[in-house]
Amino acid sequence: MVSIAGKFTAGTTAEPTALTDSRVVRWGLIGLALVYLGVFLVIPLLAVFVKALEQGIAVYWSAIREPAALAAIQLTLLTAGIAVPLNVLFGLMASWAVAKFEFPGKHLLITLIDLPFSVSPVISGMIFVLLCGRQGVFGPWLTEHGIKIIFALPGIVLATIFVTFPLVARELIPLMQAQGTDEEEAALTLGANGWQTFWRVTLPSVKWGLLYGVILCNARAMGEFGAVSVVSGHIRGLTNTIPLHVEILYNEYQFTAAFAVASLLCLLALVTLIAKHAIERKMGQRAISSTRELTRRRVA
Amino acid sequence: MMAMSRKRRVLPGFGITMGFTLLYLSLIVLIPLSTVWLKTATLSWSEFWGIVTSARTLAAYRLSLKTAWIAASVNVIAGLLVAWVLVRYRFPGKRFIDGLVDLPFALPTAVAGIALTSLYASNGWIGGYVEALGLKIAYTPSGIVIALIFIGLPFVVRTVEPVLQDFDIAVEEAAASLGASRWQTFMRVIMPELLPALLTGFALAFARGLGEYGSVIFIAGNMPLRTEITPLLIMIKLEQFDYGGATAIALVFLSLSFAILLGINILQWRRSAAALAARGLR
Repeated sequence: MVSIAGKFTAGTTAEPTALTDSRVVRWGLIGLALVYLGVFLVIPLLAVFVKALEQGIAVYWSAIREPAALAAIQLTLLTAGIAVPLNVLFGLMASWAVAKFEFPGKHLLITLIDLPFSVSPVISGMIFVLLCGRQGVFGPWLTEHGIKIIFALPGIVLATIFVTFPLVARELIPLMQAQGTDEEEAALTLGANGWQTFWRVTLPSVKWGLLYGVILCNARAMGEFGAVSVVSGHIRGLTNTIPLHVEILYNEYQFTAAFAVASLLCLLALVTLIAKHAIERKMGQRAISSTRELTRRRVA
Repeated sequence: MMAMSRKRRVLPGFGITMGFTLLYLSLIVLIPLSTVWLKTATLSWSEFWGIVTSARTLAAYRLSLKTAWIAASVNVIAGLLVAWVLVRYRFPGKRFIDGLVDLPFALPTAVAGIALTSLYASNGWIGGYVEALGLKIAYTPSGIVIALIFIGLPFVVRTVEPVLQDFDIAVEEAAASLGASRWQTFMRVIMPELLPALLTGFALAFARGLGEYGSVIFIAGNMPLRTEITPLLIMIKLEQFDYGGATAIALVFLSLSFAILLGINILQWRRSAAALAARGLR
């Protein structure tokens, strides 16, 4: 728009009134949009930090360094540490299969990969209770062998993997599809083996997209609430992740502590946004439009 | 076709990557999801119908549909406004604001929930003013709508933005040179182009709003029949170990989500097919 408007004025020297909105309209719309975003995005974000620091920095620190909070942080890091690498592995495998080969049912496969996005978080947790809970399909067998999945770490990890399942794959598939197979074929012709081709040709050209997927996947894994809430059992210091710890503190009317711990998650969100923005710039304009395309399809 | 079968032979690793993909997909997604059908199948038809049409369930369905619908509608209008401003105008801080739009994707829902609740409660920054006007937001259906507006905010912006960016200015110029006013150009030339994107954005925000749990439960008040959303009702049934009841309610809800997903996909396939045809590629 800007460049075209520029060309237009350069050609005619007159303000192209038919294509440019009047000053009043322009600033009116900008103002409205800013008020809307201010009320819905900026104020809630600010509120978290203000409430967290309401009683001073000392109270803030002690809320974060309390043993139950530290245990929650540890559990969240551990969960993301397991779930994210597994989904990265899956994302790489799935995108290689989907993007580099032709096979019937490809559309169906992509739709199935997207499926977890359209499942409510509570239902995402519920299905693992139905599968591995005491009354579940594998329940009797698991109890017999003394394996605890629900109300324990494995359940939390499973629910997290389910919820973040499509994020990496959805980022890589369109990127790899856009690349085609010419470079890989050239590498193979020149004598590289399959693994070398993947490692030296494919991976370097999708590394930013991969990082993008990892960052989104990690943010969601650390912040997931509904699904994890169903399978965790809320055992303080044992099966509470950071978001669940925030909920407990809030329900116990320990508001300052709840917001202090919540502010950690806000920082995570802000770091995620900044990293996302940086990668988008790195990937350049063309890649941005492909990720925009993705955002459009991602949650479908 | 020749090229395709050749490619399949040249690049290695199809068997192992496809095998792993299908295995992982089955273990994490398909088998767990199938338990919803399996568990519901253990109920008799009258039991199932009794749960799904009980007053409490119907109230929850109605509330979820209504609040998600209103929030998605608000997001269509506000999202169009934000996308328009971000694509068409220049103003200080634009990049920052463009990045901020994704905040609801990145912020954990529980954090959004407690932040919004503290703002809209009667002693909160916004709730105090609103209450002076005789309105109550927190712990009423309006509070649920507020939370869902927050959650669905990026969808319409991000679906409309690229379409607006790719929009051919020449078409607008043509409309203007033929004597259309700015408003006429917008309504008759630009809007029809944006409509599919707006519809997709609406469907995405609506689907997300239906299933949303974390941000809603804090602000909703959670009174049965009045402010109890469907995901919460499922949660309550699970906590009472009423797995049959929970899955029956979930099955209806899940079917609805999948229908929306299918609708969005059809919309997108048709759109990308049309785009390819327009470019003369297919």
